[in-house]
Amino acid sequence: MTGSMINRRLLGLLRKESLQILRDPSSIAIAFVLPVVLLLLFGYGVSLDSKHVPIGIVVEQPGAETASFVAAFRQSVYFEPRIYRSLQAGRAALRERRVDGILVLAADFAQRLKGDRDAPIQVIVNGVDANSARLLEGYVQGVWSIWLQRELEARQIPVSVPVEAQTRIWFNPELASRNYLVPGLLVVNMTLVGALLTALVLAREWERGTLEALMVTPVTIGEILIGKLLPYFVLGMGGMVLSVVMALFLFEVPMRGSFWVLAVCSTLFLLSALGMGLLISIVTRNQFVAGMIAILATFLPAFLLSGFLFDIGSMPVVVQVLTHVVAARYFVAILQTLFLAGDVWSLILPNAAALVLMAAFFLGLSRRRLRKRIE
Amino acid sequence: MFARILALSIKEFLALFKDKRSRFVVVIPPLIQLLVFGYAASFDLNHIPYAVYDRDGGYAARDLLARFSGAPSFEQAQPVVHQGQIADRINVRDVLFVIQIDPRFTADLVAGRTGQVQVLIDGRNSNSAQIVQNYVGRILNDFNRNWVAAHGGQGMPVTLVTRAWYNPNLESRWFFVSGLVGLLTLVVTIMVTALSVAREREQGTFDQLLVTPLRPVEILIGKAMPGLVIGVLEASLVVALAVLWFGVPLVGDLSVLYSGILLFVFAAVGVGLMISSLAATLQQALLGAFLFLVPAVILSGFATPIANMPPAVQMLTLIDPLRYYLVILRSVFLEGGGFDLLFDQMWPLALIALATLGAAGWLFRHRMA
Repeated sequence: MTGSMINRRLLGLLRKESLQILRDPSSIAIAFVLPVVLLLLFGYGVSLDSKHVPIGIVVEQPGAETASFVAAFRQSVYFEPRIYRSLQAGRAALRERRVDGILVLAADFAQRLKGDRDAPIQVIVNGVDANSARLLEGYVQGVWSIWLQRELEARQIPVSVPVEAQTRIWFNPELASRNYLVPGLLVVNMTLVGALLTALVLAREWERGTLEALMVTPVTIGEILIGKLLPYFVLGMGGMVLSVVMALFLFEVPMRGSFWVLAVCSTLFLLSALGMGLLISIVTRNQFVAGMIAILATFLPAFLLSGFLFDIGSMPVVVQVLTHVVAARYFVAILQTLFLAGDVWSLILPNAAALVLMAAFFLGLSRRRLRKRIE
Repeated sequence: MFARILALSIKEFLALFKDKRSRFVVVIPPLIQLLVFGYAASFDLNHIPYAVYDRDGGYAARDLLARFSGAPSFEQAQPVVHQGQIADRINVRDVLFVIQIDPRFTADLVAGRTGQVQVLIDGRNSNSAQIVQNYVGRILNDFNRNWVAAHGGQGMPVTLVTRAWYNPNLESRWFFVSGLVGLLTLVVTIMVTALSVAREREQGTFDQLLVTPLRPVEILIGKAMPGLVIGVLEASLVVALAVLWFGVPLVGDLSVLYSGILLFVFAAVGVGLMISSLAATLQQALLGAFLFLVPAVILSGFATPIANMPPAVQMLTLIDPLRYYLVILRSVFLEGGGFDLLFDQMWPLALIALATLGAAGWLFRHRMA
């Protein structure tokens, strides 16, 4: 067998697989339409930045002091204050979810403010959505402290501030959640294209018996694997390029790392995702089960256990250990750093090494399982 | 008529459960998802690694830093010893923030001047960064109040006293686990129903079903049965686990909860059957189910609030049945909401159920592959 023959066979296979993809609009749809739709949906739909939060301010006794307080909230982009004249009305609004929280300025607020006594402002938030409630508390505190400073200056009341903090937020000073969510979304997208597409399409070939038909031809297992994987690899990378372009130009996420690192890491991740999809299809050989397992084993972990949305460090130890077998975890860490921080080698190299291991594991195992099944 | 519907329902259940693997797929994955989701899905930060660069070393600095090391959510890492280390430690995500104390900190405080500290936060995860910022702000406020009380001076005349209703410790697990009831009901119901008609169409048995004396309404009811029964059972199971395993309080009334569950399962069955009757093959039905599920979850307010979405996207969420169901679930679980408060969420569900079931029944006859 000469080298050129192997190449010819491989080329033939590649041609056949590419034609198969091109003639089946549903694969093209998964590879290109799905990422675009998902990225648009996620990019616009998933945001943790609250603006114009409806908040009730209960003003029992209007006066100059309460007016300046309300004005401070009106000026803030974070709030849309509604005024209630009694505590009952404010509490009813909170209960009926018309406002997310209420601030109570008691009747003696102005007097207390002028006198020596402490003037407490009661804040009640709806805690059902705990994260939003916590962010809301922070926003209230921010508006309150600005108002207080202005108020004290205007009245020339000297107040001792023992400690003052200068806070600086690196990489994402305006704290736009989009900047950290979009790199994570690219990973979810790639997982879908890589694993779901491969698992579904190959499982269908098993069901129809066309893969067995291929086995009896002189092509080797390695050639079949390359022939199957390469076209999907090209599709996946195409989807990735499309997603990166959208991230940079539509969502305006900064890119501080280098593109060649992005390309290398994407290749590694895509290989492991394809390997996983391949393995799923080889083990199940059934479209329904392959689809369910692909969603369960690839999409959901990429969403939940990758650190894309939820902080891995805060999970219970058992779940944290589990995240180490999720390839998406390493890719999310790489992408968030590449986009927002730059080429931080001490972080990128270990994560890339993990991706190499996972790709080798899945592809190697698929190859072994494939050979076994034919004997 | 009832005998015919019953026979068809039995056949549908058998079709679903005769295969060992589809039995497995309907029962086990949702349970695994609940456990993993339940533990993983949380925005609470309880191990925030941070490092200290104390250039002062005085007693006031030690006092302030003790408040950080004593805070339950913070975990102190190796201290920073020179300026250049700060960037490295944050870059590799060794720590989430670094607190740097000015060399004259204690001297300033003792002299009655304002002491300076610098807080540098990793903003790659904007949500974590914001939470850290709030925590740090609260610790400094407490420190200031104590210092003024102990050493004299004019304290802040106005203070904020914050309380959270329904979830006093602001545990986001309560929010996510009650939401999971909705997510898992949806996934299982859609998977069960979306494949039922498509499978028969692919195998050609659906045409046979159409020529039997069964009327389309009867076929619709028979096809809907497995989804309804499994959806309600699944929801009950997840509710039980949420309360017994995760300890989420169930404040409201079970009758309100089950009204919501029933309405939602009807709507989900309708969507599933509609996808199924539109699809010509199993693969199309699977893809269709997936293309519905992902946006339905994202736009439902499951993880991120609907109010944060742009207005056009918010309009789109109005046709998402999960959106209404999540409000019902969370309200019944945590707020103890009754029918009066939740009527606004229930009628859209009923409307979606009617529309989708009607469309599915119509499609049975009118879409011939």
